[in-house]
Amino acid sequence: MALYSEKVMDHFRNPRNTGVIENADGVGEVGNAKCGDIMKIYLKIEDDIIEDARFETFGCASAIASSSMATELIKKRPVSEALALTNQAVVEALDGLPAHKVHCSVLAKEAIEKALQDYYGKQDAADCQIQKWRRS
Amino acid sequence: MRVYLDNAATTKMSSTAMEAMLPYMDTVYGNPSSLHSAGQAAAEALITARRRIADCIGASPKEITFTSGGSEADNQAILSAARAGEKKGRKHIISTAFEHHAVLHTLQKLEKEGFEITLLDVHENGIVLPQQVADAVRDDTCLVSVMYANNEIGTIQPIEAIGKICREKGVLFHTDAVQAAGHLSINVEEQNIDMLSLSAHKFHGPKGIGILYARAGVPLAPLIEGGAQEWGRRAGTENIPAIVGMAAALEEACTHREDNAKRLCSLRDKLIAGLWQIPHAILNGDAAKRLPGNVSFCFEGIEGESLLLLLDDKGICASSGSACTSGSLDPSHVLLAIGRVHDIAHGSLRLTLSEENTEEQIAYTVEAVKEAVAYLRSFSPVWHDLVSGRKEFVIK
Ligand SMILES: Cc1ncc(COP(=O)(O)O)c(C=O)c1O
Ligand SMILES: [Zn+2]
Repeated sequence: MALYSEKVMDHFRNPRNTGVIENADGVGEVGNAKCGDIMKIYLKIEDDIIEDARFETFGCASAIASSSMATELIKKRPVSEALALTNQAVVEALDGLPAHKVHCSVLAKEAIEKALQDYYGKQDAADCQIQKWRRS
Repeated sequence: MRVYLDNAATTKMSSTAMEAMLPYMDTVYGNPSSLHSAGQAAAEALITARRRIADCIGASPKEITFTSGGSEADNQAILSAARAGEKKGRKHIISTAFEHHAVLHTLQKLEKEGFEITLLDVHENGIVLPQQVADAVRDDTCLVSVMYANNEIGTIQPIEAIGKICREKGVLFHTDAVQAAGHLSINVEEQNIDMLSLSAHKFHGPKGIGILYARAGVPLAPLIEGGAQEWGRRAGTENIPAIVGMAAALEEACTHREDNAKRLCSLRDKLIAGLWQIPHAILNGDAAKRLPGNVSFCFEGIEGESLLLLLDDKGICASSGSACTSGSLDPSHVLLAIGRVHDIAHGSLRLTLSEENTEEQIAYTVEAVKEAVAYLRSFSPVWHDLVSGRKEFVIK
């Protein structure tokens, strides 16, 4: 029996959405090289819809496949749906991960969360800027 | 193309070994402990195999105990020395930080029982110095265990000099020669070895069989109780087919050792030269004092498991010391022991050759690794940070 499902191997061999978005609306990086997996997610958001999602990943096959699948799951979806994404949904979409690799799907979920936090943070900053400008 | 480059994990059985084994699964199936002729034929095979193996390492037959492999031999060697030492109040053992887990885990078990364990540093080149052993020996030291050659980075240890120091200080010396057998010369007499572990499947013999050499007079404590086989050092009906296969494999490997080593070194050095062309790559372990067939590299900015799987897609069987391949969060203790930081140790690749590999396979592998490393780097956030200058390269 192979370690990974066909779905995982497909997303590992042909990862969807790799790369960087210049001037992304939200960027989230999680993990560290010490534990062996790092994920960075870039989001382009318009009218509360995730127009584009890209990733860069340093890690094992399941980390790469999890990032690929997670970006697929949130692309063209409303921000609210991306916020509700669970790591279980990523695992299921990949037809399962070995128990000791489930942490990779958690990282993917957390990277998206962090990118959305970044997006909201920027929005708040932008709102503040607008209010300041209005006051002056 | 199919390229098997994981010979440190295990090797293909040689046809000589296989053919030698067949009669002992077919016509000569007796139990060597039986008095009838069928049993005695098996007993004869056992005696012959033991003598042939003893001859290969400069030992006498009675000093050879058959075990289930390298792990068991390591366990028994260390535990036997510890039990003997304990009786004389000597509960200190010296070893190195990058031994096989069969050694390290046995030492950890003894540590919990109150033994004191000193693990010597192996430096960036992966070689321990005899002087370190001399400095570490104490009055209560009962054993020094230093591997002949490391299984991950292939570095060769100065065991003869270490053995000499142990002899002078009256301390038992054990060496795990599992990776060395068939590649480096072994002579327990000249190399001052008191105990030595071998495993057949690393030199084109069958799996699940090995030996523990113990110099005459060094008492072995049995790990398995039962019958009187192996002079009471290990109970259980002997695995005659495997023992015969191991003897044939070892003899064959020793006969062709020098020719094979020459060929392997040439292939190894081509592989090393090819992989060194990859930017920000580093060879693990001393370039010269290494096993003829061992190539171990770290590539900055990528992770080893994904590299292995990409290579597997291209028909190349390799291995890595990355955490993701071990099922733990820590990368290989060997790479950490030679000072590779976690980030770098995760990006390791081990390629170990056999006599069957060809120049063509080596050229193919170099190209495949180059391509796979470049591809993984193309979407690695670590690599991105390194090339954009946000982070500093560790490997220049
Ligand atoms: C250095 C070393 N020691 C011990 C062993 C264990 O040998 P075996 O697989 O025969 O138990 C190995 C094999 O992985 C090894 O490389
Ligand atoms: Zn991983």
